[in-house]
Amino acid sequence: MPKNQEIKKVLVIGSGPIVIGQAAEFDYAGTQACRSLKEEGVEVVLVNSNPATIMTDKDIADQVYIEPLTTKILEKIILKERPDSVLPTLGGQAGLNLGMELSESGFLEKHNVKLIGTTAETIFKAEDRQAFKDTMEKIGEPCAASQVVHNVEDGIAFTNTIGYPVVLRPAYTLGGSGGGIAHNETELVDILTNGLRLSRVGEVLVERCIAGWKEIEYEVMRDAAGNCITVCNMENVDPVGVHTGDSIVVAPSQTLGDKEYQMLRTSALNIISELNITGGCNVQYALHPDSFEYCVIEVNPRVSRSSALASKATGYPIAKVAAKIALGYTLDEIKNAITGKTYASFEPMLDYCVVKVPRLPFDKFITAKRTLTTQMKATGEVMSICTNFEGALMKAIRSLEQHVDGMRSYDFSQLSSKELRKQLEKVDDRRIWAIAEALRKNISYDEIHEITKIDCWFIDKIAILVEMEERLEKEALTLDLLKEAKRLEFPDKEIAKLTGKTEEEIRELRYANGITAAFKMVDTCAAEFAAQTPYYYSCFGSENEASGAKERKKVLILGSGPIRIGQGIEFDYCSVHCTWAFAKEGYETIIVNNNPETVSTDFDIADKLYFEPLTPEDVENIVRLEQPDGAVVQFGGQTAIKLTESLMKMGVPILGTKAEDVDMAEDRELFDKILEQTQIPRAAGGTVFTAQEAKEVANRLGYPVLVRPSYVLGGQGMQIAYSDQEIEEFMEIINRIAQDHPILVDKYLQGKEIEVDAVCDGTDILIPGIMEHIERTGVHSGDSISVYPAPTIGEKVKDKIVEYTWRLARALHVVGLINIQFIAMEDEVYVIEVNPRSSRTVPYISKVTGIPIVDLAARVIIGNTLKGMGYPVGLAPEADYVAIKMPVFSFEKLRGAEISLGPEMKSTGECLGIGKSFDEALYKAFLGAGVQLPKHKQMIMTVKDADKPEALEVAKRFEALGYKIYATRSTAKYLEAGGVKARRINKITQESPNVMDLILGHKIDMVIDTPTQGRDKNRDGFLIRRNAIETGVYCMTAMDTANALAESLEHAKEDDKLNLIDIAKVKNIT
Amino acid sequence: MKAFLILEDGTVFEGTSIGADKEVISEIVFNTSMTGYLEVLTDPSYAGQAVVMTYPLIGNYGITPDMESAQPWPDGYIVRELSRMPSNFRCQGSIQDFLIQHDIPGIAGIDTRALTKILREKGTMNGMITTNEKFRLEEILPRLKEYVTGAVVDKVTCSDSYQLNGKGKKVALMDFGAKRNIARALHDRGCEVTVYPARTKAEEILSGEPDGIMLTNGPGDPKDCGEIIQEIRKLYESDKPIFAICLGHQLMALATGANTYKMKYGHRGGNHPVKDLETGRVYISSQNHGYVVDAEHLDPSVAVPAFVNVNDGTNEGLKYIGKNIFTVQFHPEACPGPQDSGYLFDRFIKMMGGNQ
Repeated sequence: MPKNQEIKKVLVIGSGPIVIGQAAEFDYAGTQACRSLKEEGVEVVLVNSNPATIMTDKDIADQVYIEPLTTKILEKIILKERPDSVLPTLGGQAGLNLGMELSESGFLEKHNVKLIGTTAETIFKAEDRQAFKDTMEKIGEPCAASQVVHNVEDGIAFTNTIGYPVVLRPAYTLGGSGGGIAHNETELVDILTNGLRLSRVGEVLVERCIAGWKEIEYEVMRDAAGNCITVCNMENVDPVGVHTGDSIVVAPSQTLGDKEYQMLRTSALNIISELNITGGCNVQYALHPDSFEYCVIEVNPRVSRSSALASKATGYPIAKVAAKIALGYTLDEIKNAITGKTYASFEPMLDYCVVKVPRLPFDKFITAKRTLTTQMKATGEVMSICTNFEGALMKAIRSLEQHVDGMRSYDFSQLSSKELRKQLEKVDDRRIWAIAEALRKNISYDEIHEITKIDCWFIDKIAILVEMEERLEKEALTLDLLKEAKRLEFPDKEIAKLTGKTEEEIRELRYANGITAAFKMVDTCAAEFAAQTPYYYSCFGSENEASGAKERKKVLILGSGPIRIGQGIEFDYCSVHCTWAFAKEGYETIIVNNNPETVSTDFDIADKLYFEPLTPEDVENIVRLEQPDGAVVQFGGQTAIKLTESLMKMGVPILGTKAEDVDMAEDRELFDKILEQTQIPRAAGGTVFTAQEAKEVANRLGYPVLVRPSYVLGGQGMQIAYSDQEIEEFMEIINRIAQDHPILVDKYLQGKEIEVDAVCDGTDILIPGIMEHIERTGVHSGDSISVYPAPTIGEKVKDKIVEYTWRLARALHVVGLINIQFIAMEDEVYVIEVNPRSSRTVPYISKVTGIPIVDLAARVIIGNTLKGMGYPVGLAPEADYVAIKMPVFSFEKLRGAEISLGPEMKSTGECLGIGKSFDEALYKAFLGAGVQLPKHKQMIMTVKDADKPEALEVAKRFEALGYKIYATRSTAKYLEAGGVKARRINKITQESPNVMDLILGHKIDMVIDTPTQGRDKNRDGFLIRRNAIETGVYCMTAMDTANALAESLEHAKEDDKLNLIDIAKVKNIT
Repeated sequence: MKAFLILEDGTVFEGTSIGADKEVISEIVFNTSMTGYLEVLTDPSYAGQAVVMTYPLIGNYGITPDMESAQPWPDGYIVRELSRMPSNFRCQGSIQDFLIQHDIPGIAGIDTRALTKILREKGTMNGMITTNEKFRLEEILPRLKEYVTGAVVDKVTCSDSYQLNGKGKKVALMDFGAKRNIARALHDRGCEVTVYPARTKAEEILSGEPDGIMLTNGPGDPKDCGEIIQEIRKLYESDKPIFAICLGHQLMALATGANTYKMKYGHRGGNHPVKDLETGRVYISSQNHGYVVDAEHLDPSVAVPAFVNVNDGTNEGLKYIGKNIFTVQFHPEACPGPQDSGYLFDRFIKMMGGNQ
């Protein structure tokens, strides 16, 4: 079937802010789909509240709305833009839910807009638990015994008929949000209550527990003519019970025979056909390990995280093909872009093994439970490719950047065999390391399998790695042994450690004997056809098929690795734009990255893609082959910056700002010299290594002080200390990981926090805009609400900021981007920190000012000047609208995580509110972040003494808005004295009804709880905050945020009176 | 022990010996299936060939009952890595032991992708697997060039006819090296299946008064089956419903005046898209063939294309004009591979007047 000519203008719905369970994969899918639509001459209108995405660029869509993802706003956009179709299958669950709501309400029909890519009926059949079950029953596909319940009583009654344990799955939620396994009635009540609340329709599926079965997934495509193919199947190393997003996953499946493989494949095709899906679909199965019995776990009738993984694992561009199918094409009409010869109607054949490992945030949330369940916790993932499983696993773990290079990186050697058996029972992110130790302690495969239910095939692979460690330790390092260790992807560093040699010695030995990495192509067809797309992975002991031939100047662009808190999708945005800019200037571009969710690892972004770990050794393999003319590190976050020194040793010129200047900004003493020289004030401070030194500095400066390691991103390990005792505690935590660089102790200044990003060409600077944070200093910049243009600072301060930025950029010889954070107190401006590289705010400020600063920075790096490119210098004129970046958190996914804001970053994503006025922008920003108030007009306040005067003002504002305010004893007393009618409630430890009963009563809109001192030691406060989060109550821990929310509610407008701003029409200053 | 794979073009791969310790010369072909190595090994169509698996991890689930014939047929087996610990609830042993037991030599630890690329670029060629480290290329290469597969159908067909009882349609199945699942697919649909050796005369088959005739897959060049083709011509003229797969399809084409030719490197795997020209639907099929019917020069009054390969446009099936005959190049019986085209067996039952 050729293209449907009636489709001329399509609204594509994005997935909104990055949260756990819905991450960068939808930017990848959406971007690919938009490009695919535009390629067909279709006009694309895009809506997504997330400004850090590539899909919200004006080069990706024709009209771009960075607006809150609510049905009201979408309706407004549809009425304004009049698209003929809406494509909801590329924006994750968020997009699908919105498409469904627009259709269910009759809005689409009324305005003659079609849902393409899927139908409302399909979404209903796949997503509604009962409808799904009925559909599966109809076509004879087995599901685990289950029942949909709408209240806790029915859940208990049903469970009593099928027996514990049971799995609970709330309908219409992300990443299994609110789900879990209940082993007894207490757990059942707990999880079910929470799940019912989280479900959009208040329903939860109670299901027979099939934990321990093999978890297998199929990615399936179907066109409107009924042609179906499977792109790929995947096997979770972790059996059913761990969310697939948190599992180690291998593609293709390894332990299934053809009989099992085809049985499930046929089932998946039957399901996609019965659901009448046109596009992509993901089907998850539980397969009994000792029989052919299987159950369908779930079907996602849309592009998903797994489909992004499958696309990268096979080279088959699922989103692109899904978009073409939505336009009416059939699979046999769509070319396979990788081979250029064959068509989309085939099934990729892999001649390698792919391993995905989740990136879990337990390094950030040390109090959070490490246990992995059906509720996803990972913020991101890495993928690796190798010709064997062991090698792929080794490459994947070192890609995590969590100091894990081998099977000894988490040390369980102290545990006795008995303790180890207990440890194996714990399902957490360190399980494979526990298995490795169990193997060292001679616990049998069968016993390990019995406890973990992990297939013996995988256990044997871990055993092969453990055996190699032992051989390297005990045997002489012969060339054969070295070859075998490299075939298993042992890094030189690990081999050196095990053999007692140095890394250099190992490397020299390898080079002298020709033991070097070879690169193989990902071609979708196992070499059956010649492929055109240079997408490579490395392996050892093979023939190299990548050519390092050079025709043009070559640039190596280092990506930012897995998405984690503090280093998110923004850096992928920067890497991709940098790549495009270099390509425009005639360079051959080479990307190295290992994140399967991102746009940068799409095969048609750079001239060449190397899907590899970002470690010095892995990058050196590429450098030896490609001999690039230079490398760009300033766009790939800390991951890329960390490689600077190694790249220089390899003889690769660092393009843009020099490494020694980067050091200058990071090294405390050198930086102090720069500040002295440029006469810029900063908070007094010092550098220390030990707790003793830290206390001395702190006492000299006077508490409170800010303690942080140097060379980190996202304020990792940063804390405000109020006492010697806290200094000791924080220093102990920081020094748990060996620090190569000193720790910084600074006087803590509380003022307005200001941030700028600027481009510098070595002479001139261009500041697209000044951003001001709503929260005072002390809250990490990534967690602060950020406003452009800066609303409360005067011209004098602005001038100082511009002047200081210029001085710093010049002094640091910046060529490219620089990010500076300032504190403004009265008319004084202090520098907090300077990062001569791209930052988290770059996509945001680029979009709201229309100044493409990554592109400019890349061109400056190549040798252009700002003036030469026709840009003015200094501070660009301010926009006539206000844009506010609002952080978005995923606290409800992380049980036990501390939510109070501080110097360490905790948000996973962000959204944008853009409006004609500050109030409108702020309202939209809260709306985009999912804060839809008021509901019950009741709130709880419990604040520390220092905040009480401000809390009173906040309380007055909310009281005026009609809020009923509950407060704990001392807060209530203070509020009453100030004339606010506060209702006193008991603390948690006091008798019921207390504050907890109130929260659990589902009648509270928000909690304002400021931690008592520095870090909160008050168990009460922690419990209040956690419970608020887990019951869906909006929780604020900073007075500034509370004031901002009051402000937004005071000026709330009817949603349909909000102004829409098309970002693609924002004018560029040239 | 070291082993070597020596190709006709002089390329030598060094690896580790697996299976039997013996030297063999054969035609080297590659298969891209990611699962189903056992079905591949026991598919009689591989007689006279040594198979390279492009998927690097082989033997993960060991030897299971999923055999397509009583024994493995390839002359040699070439893999990147054999799993040292097969794991599956039906696992009865390892590939390694299976190869030894059936005296099949093999080689592991070579860059199978590099080998596949050579076969793709230069076409299928002969090769030798040997453990003799002192091999002399100048002595071996002429022998490799001389080697011809020859008539292998006789090697793989059954020696006597036998029957699978059933209450439905009576099918006479000509075994040219049939995969078990062809008879099983018919039997599962209620048919009484009588399996005949390849050299059975048409008269004998017709005298059994079958409702339909099934011509199966098998190894080698179809043109080497001259006498069989003559018998098939008689079956063609009998007006019996006939369904043919793979070699059977090629033989029917040759019996009715069409031509076949050898492909550069054939189709072997489980991911080939074939289009049903009647409905326009595309199915993913299991394939194993090195020869193909020349669809350019068909006599349209005899047969017309019914299926075409979406990738390279080669013929994948024929519909015979004025006859109740239908033949396909791919394998609707799957095993290994996708089961998408299993509906063709239902079509055959219908051709015989059944209700399936």
